[in-house]
This record gives sequence, structure tokens and C-alpha cells, in this order.
Amino acid sequence: MAETLFYFLVYPGLLFAGVVGGLLSWFDRKVTAQVQFRKGPPLLQPFYDFLKLLLVKETILPARGAKITFLIAPVLGLFGATTAASFILLPMFNINIGFEGDVMVIFYLLTIPSLMYIIGALASGNPLASVGASREIKLIVSYELTFLLFFAAVILKADQAMRMSQIIQIQAQATPFIGSISGVLLLIVGLFCTQAKLGMVPFDIAEAETEISEGSFIEYSGTVYAMVKLTKYIMLFILPALMVAFLMSGFNLEGTGIVWAILKVLAVVLLLTLIRNTNPRLKVKQAMRFFLIGMNALVIIAIVLTYLGL
Amino acid sequence: MGLKNFFLKKSLWVFHFAGASCNNCDIEILDILTPRYDVERFGVQLVGSPRHADVILVSGSINQRDKPRLLEVYNQTSKPVFVVAFGACGCTGGVFAEGNTFAGPVDQIVPVDAYIPGCPPKPEAMISGLSKLMQTIS
Repeated sequence: MAETLFYFLVYPGLLFAGVVGGLLSWFDRKVTAQVQFRKGPPLLQPFYDFLKLLLVKETILPARGAKITFLIAPVLGLFGATTAASFILLPMFNINIGFEGDVMVIFYLLTIPSLMYIIGALASGNPLASVGASREIKLIVSYELTFLLFFAAVILKADQAMRMSQIIQIQAQATPFIGSISGVLLLIVGLFCTQAKLGMVPFDIAEAETEISEGSFIEYSGTVYAMVKLTKYIMLFILPALMVAFLMSGFNLEGTGIVWAILKVLAVVLLLTLIRNTNPRLKVKQAMRFFLIGMNALVIIAIVLTYLGL
Repeated sequence: MGLKNFFLKKSLWVFHFAGASCNNCDIEILDILTPRYDVERFGVQLVGSPRHADVILVSGSINQRDKPRLLEVYNQTSKPVFVVAFGACGCTGGVFAEGNTFAGPVDQIVPVDAYIPGCPPKPEAMISGLSKLMQTIS
């Protein structure tokens, strides 16, 4: 029991994932600044932001909204992200081997934060927040099928192993999946799905800062907004970690393996940041067409190529 | 209290309230986010919602119509919040001070923590004003 709580709250759950996610968030902002020839924020900036929101700022409840749902939604979202973090990172750090079918559990846990953003936004009673929520729903409808097919393709490539640790082991024994044509296609699909899940720029339709002023999060302030921020930091770590586990043979934490593990995660985040910095925001219709036609076609080609052994 | 003020000082999020401005100040505000001046170095960010704001940057003169809106925005922000009166119009009313729709400079409507004069203020003046505001928080 105490061990489980330690896994969930400290390592590799809430505390560890939060700290690493915060550092990755700094990396994202710093690279963005470098791309724009700026200097960028200091290393601890994400933690200053988080602690300011948590400790200093006042939390305001909306006058015409469901107050308890409004407060509970970010907490549940954080819970979903943390649980997903422990299920993804425990097999990756070789702490335990997980259980049969944990890949599907991770898939469902990863949708919880987005769903909770929607519920929280609708509970706030703000018209701009409900516009944001409806856009988020449309985005989920479009990318979730692609993401599921991505999982299916990875499971197929791993000889139908439905366990995180087995998928990593199969890649460690043979070549990583990214070394094949279908693996490269899957990386592209996975990156765009990650982008949409994180709400990064081509798909930041739901929180479009300049159109609907942060959309879903417009009413959040103080401690509850700190929860939202922490959820975002954790998601920024675990989704690239998932890509590394599924396509780049996970982490090997012996000797110089740690350096490689860090470089793999940084490479995925760097790709995400560069996509974010070189693209304008899409409309909902364009994003839906992009996923439902383009990305689904790509992932189906990858599945067919996997059957052919490429 | 010291630690709380330190976090607040390190991450000031700015909400921009444009009153009856001639838009010159509003254009100049964007300059401090550009490569040459880059206030993200100090953790300053522009935010879209008053709920997330730590600083309200008020530019332009405040007329009868803007006054209730400024008060509303001020009341909707989560405290502690700082108000910066920006430009000649924000500080004193500027050339609009004798107009019949003028509703008083910003400091007669909400408490003001810093003044940045100029028409429009130079980006250097803005950075100097923001850093002086940071020094007062401690």
C-alpha cells in the first residue's frame, strides 16, 4: 500500500513527472524563444508560474456556474494524468512489468484530462469557455480514432503484445520500430496526435488565446489553475515518453543509457516545438479533415505495411 | 511572505486594458515582446483573461463608457493585482483631460501601483517601469 502510494505520488508519479514536465515546458519555451531570436525565460520559470498560482493568487468561483464541478474537474484531470504517468513510467523504468492489457488502460487514462477540461469549462458558465469546450469535443472526436489506430499498429508490430513492458522488450531485443518504413509513418501520426492532445499550436483551437482568450480555461484562477498547469506539465512529459516507449525502444537506465533516454525525450519535444513554431492555428473543420482523412489514411498504410513486414 | 512575493515577482502576467486609446501605446506594448526587448526574460507574459492577470496595464484615457468596464475588469481579477497606468493619457488624461466625456485619470478610478509616462512611452521606459514595479514587490 505504502509502496503504491509512493509510486503514485513521488516516483515516478506526481512529483517526478511534474518536475520533469516543468523542465520540458521550460525547454519548449526556450526553444520557441530561440526560434524567434529572443533570449527566453530562466530555467525555473515554469515552477515560478506554478507556485505563484498555487500559493499567492486568489481563487475566484464563477457566480453563475456549477461551483463544485468547476473545482473538482481539474483535480480529476490531474488524477488521470498522474495515473497515466505511473502506468507509463513504471514499466519504462523497469520498476515492475505492469499487467496484461495495460496499453489500453493507458489509452483511456490519457483522454481523462481533455474530458475534465471540457467538464470544467462547461461548469464555469462562461460563453467563451463553452465555445472552447465544444471545440475541444470536436478535436477529441477527430484525433481519438487516429490515436487508437496508432496504438493498434504498435501492438500489431509487437506481435500482438498488449503489455507495455513486452512492447519495450521486443524492441530492445530486435531493432526499434522506428527503423522501418511503417515505424516512420507511425512516428508522424503519433507526433500530430500528441500535438493535438497537448493543445499545441496548430491544434490549440480550444484555447485560442487571441480569439476566445484561453477558451476552456478562461474562468480558472489561483490554485485550480495551478492544477491545470501541473496537468499540462505532466502531459508534456508522458506523451513524448509514450512515443519513446512505443517507437524508440524505451529507456535503458544503465550507464550512458540515461543520456540516451534524456536525448530521446528531448528530441521528441523538440520536434513538437518546431511544429508548433512553424504553423498557424487551424480551423476546427481543417483539423477534423486533417485527422479523419489524412492521418487515418497514413496510419492504415502503416498497418498494411506492418502486415507486409516492412 | 518573502517567498510568496518572490514567486509573484518572478512571474508577472500582464492583462492589457485599452481604454479610449489612440492605439499608439497598444502598438508600442507589442514591441516589448519582440526579439530586441523580450520581457519573457523576466517571466512577463501577456494573458488573454483577467482571471490569470497579475498586472493590469491600462493605456489610453478613460471616458464615461470605459469607467464601469475598467472597474469590472479590476474586480474580476484574482488578487493580488497591480495596476500600471500607461502613457500620457493613462497617467493624467493627456490631451483628452479637458474633454466632456473624460472620466478622470486611472488613479481616480482604481488604485495605481506604477506610472509609465510618455506619448507613447519608449520600450526602454516600459521595461524600466516593469522592473521598478518588480522591485516594489518584496
